[in-house]
Amino acid sequence: MSLALLIEQLLNGVQFGLMLFLMSAGLTLVFGVMGLINLAHGSLYMIGAFFCAAAAAATGNFWLGLMAGLIAAAAAGALIEVTVIRRLYNRDHLDQVLATFALILILSEGVRMLFGPFPLYLDAPAILRGTVDLGITQYSLYRLTLIVLGVAVAIGLWALIARTRLGIQIRAGENDREMIAALGVNIRALYTVVFALGAALAGLAGALVGAIQSVQVGMGEPVLILAFVVIVIGGIGSIKGAMVGALLVGVIDTMGRFLLPRFFATFLDPSQAMGVGAALASMLIYVLMALVLVLRPKGLFPAHA
Amino acid sequence: MNVKATLATGLVALSLGAGAAQAESVTIGMITTLSGGGAGLGVDVRDGFLLALEQADNSDIELVVEDDAQRPETAVQIAERMIQSERADILTGIIWSNLAMAVVPSVVEQDIFYISPNAGPSPLAGANCHENYFNAAWQNDTLHEAAGQTANELGYENTFIMAPNYPAGTDALNGFKRYYDGELAGELFTQVGQTDYAAEIAQIRDSDADSIFIFLPGGMGISFMRQYAQSGLDLPIVSAGFSFDQDVLPAMGSTALGVINTGQWSPDLDNEANEAFVEAFEEEYDRLPSIYASQGYDTANLILSALETADVSDKDAFREALRAADFDSVRGSFAFADNHHPIHRIYVREVVEVDGTLTNRIIGTAFEDDYRDVHGANCDM
Repeated sequence: MSLALLIEQLLNGVQFGLMLFLMSAGLTLVFGVMGLINLAHGSLYMIGAFFCAAAAAATGNFWLGLMAGLIAAAAAGALIEVTVIRRLYNRDHLDQVLATFALILILSEGVRMLFGPFPLYLDAPAILRGTVDLGITQYSLYRLTLIVLGVAVAIGLWALIARTRLGIQIRAGENDREMIAALGVNIRALYTVVFALGAALAGLAGALVGAIQSVQVGMGEPVLILAFVVIVIGGIGSIKGAMVGALLVGVIDTMGRFLLPRFFATFLDPSQAMGVGAALASMLIYVLMALVLVLRPKGLFPAHA
Repeated sequence: MNVKATLATGLVALSLGAGAAQAESVTIGMITTLSGGGAGLGVDVRDGFLLALEQADNSDIELVVEDDAQRPETAVQIAERMIQSERADILTGIIWSNLAMAVVPSVVEQDIFYISPNAGPSPLAGANCHENYFNAAWQNDTLHEAAGQTANELGYENTFIMAPNYPAGTDALNGFKRYYDGELAGELFTQVGQTDYAAEIAQIRDSDADSIFIFLPGGMGISFMRQYAQSGLDLPIVSAGFSFDQDVLPAMGSTALGVINTGQWSPDLDNEANEAFVEAFEEEYDRLPSIYASQGYDTANLILSALETADVSDKDAFREALRAADFDSVRGSFAFADNHHPIHRIYVREVVEVDGTLTNRIIGTAFEDDYRDVHGANCDM
């Protein structure tokens, strides 16, 4: 095993983690501010990817597609919030899970009716294809761009929450809903904005990842499960926790898939080692989650410590 | 008209009428994947199957279709329901081998026929073969064995091989290795439904492979090929047709051009049944059929041919009728081996672009007409 391989895998882990962060940031924000468990978050990721692919195919321009995906996901988020989610804030979590699960089915079927059952074509823009020479290894330019974009969005989100009026309202909303409503903040509008923001982040992740993955119905659910793992590890409601959790999950998952089979190959025959290694690697992040839950039941950075 | 003739006509009409009344209705239950990442495969199997039923215009057949969402537990529940409440005589439709392993053994034990249009896990072809189980597609290993054979012919000596960690993935790697003579640059199991292959591609880059063999059906193949295209690697890929057929090629785009893959069928296959099938499918659904659609079509025609000679309630007669496989397969020559899996020819295909559409064309033959799978030796039927 060479150093180049190790570095490439580390970059892969970080890139995967940053895309997970875009997903989990919205999820954790919505839970932190509104106390809502939104299972349909993965559907917004899917909507972002489909609208991006469709718009990119129609206009021939990836960036227009990206905008379309972002806007479609935010619009879908706002629409869902106003029509369905708004009625769920005062219900208990089981009702929320049931209603948002129904939304997954409705949105998946809706996307299938609109775009058909077959995966769509979406490719990275020509300017971002190919690889860059990092000195020690070749790395995909598009993945490198994803890393840069992920970091930029994370900084933007931090600035939004720490430095703007909206951010103050969001933080206040997390701490005491009744009080900020009493202070004259339009809490209903605030909730819609936060939900649309989370949806836009999910849509952005879907559109960006759509260019290197299969744009297909149901693409959001596997990511949603990982996003839940991330926010449980990071501490539900904490953006910082989502960032650390996402990077941990991204790097550990990538490294596990790559190192475990090699580790077992040192004392088992290759086929057997591959089987055992692959099976253990797919469990690794859940083991991590269980460990975090045992040691710090509220996650690494609990929002309401 | 004299009395005799009238009487004769009347008798003929009567016997015809009686015949029609005797032909009992048949319920076929189709459990297939119509939602999620594997939906393209199930939709094509279903559409191929429906096309054949439509062409046959047999009003005695009732088809019930349900979506298993690629989940074994759902498939098991649907199978139970179809047998208990719909009184299905024949089940079919399952795409994924892990689902087939969960459903098929208990179904055939209840004396219900199961005709597979896709999944062909090795246990069901070997030690766990059953008289009520027929596979109208292939045994899982088949196309991968052909890919191994093709890798030899292309002169590959150090291939990196990769498949998802489920029964069909194990069959794929075993099948490839059974025929491939060269060294393995590496061997990897990925997860079913995996979407990111960066970790695997990095390992291929780090190995000194001269070629890659993948088995990644449905969306998995699309994800891999997109990421592979952007990785800067340029090793030739050899594969079974599942990862490079009409369900995924439009989404893969030009990355897939030139990939060598194997199949028992190809849209350009030169026989009458196939020409008619491709034309009718395009006419009906406004897209090219995939290998899965061809299998759905073959499965339906196999069942229809058996229904013509036997009633499904007479299990032994119907089983014999199925075994005879007296239908025009779109793949050309088709017969059942003793383990109820096909004896057929396997072609080598290449992904090409025709009139702006990516599709496959035949460039050679991997196995001749008499190919049969190795697992039949373990089946004592």
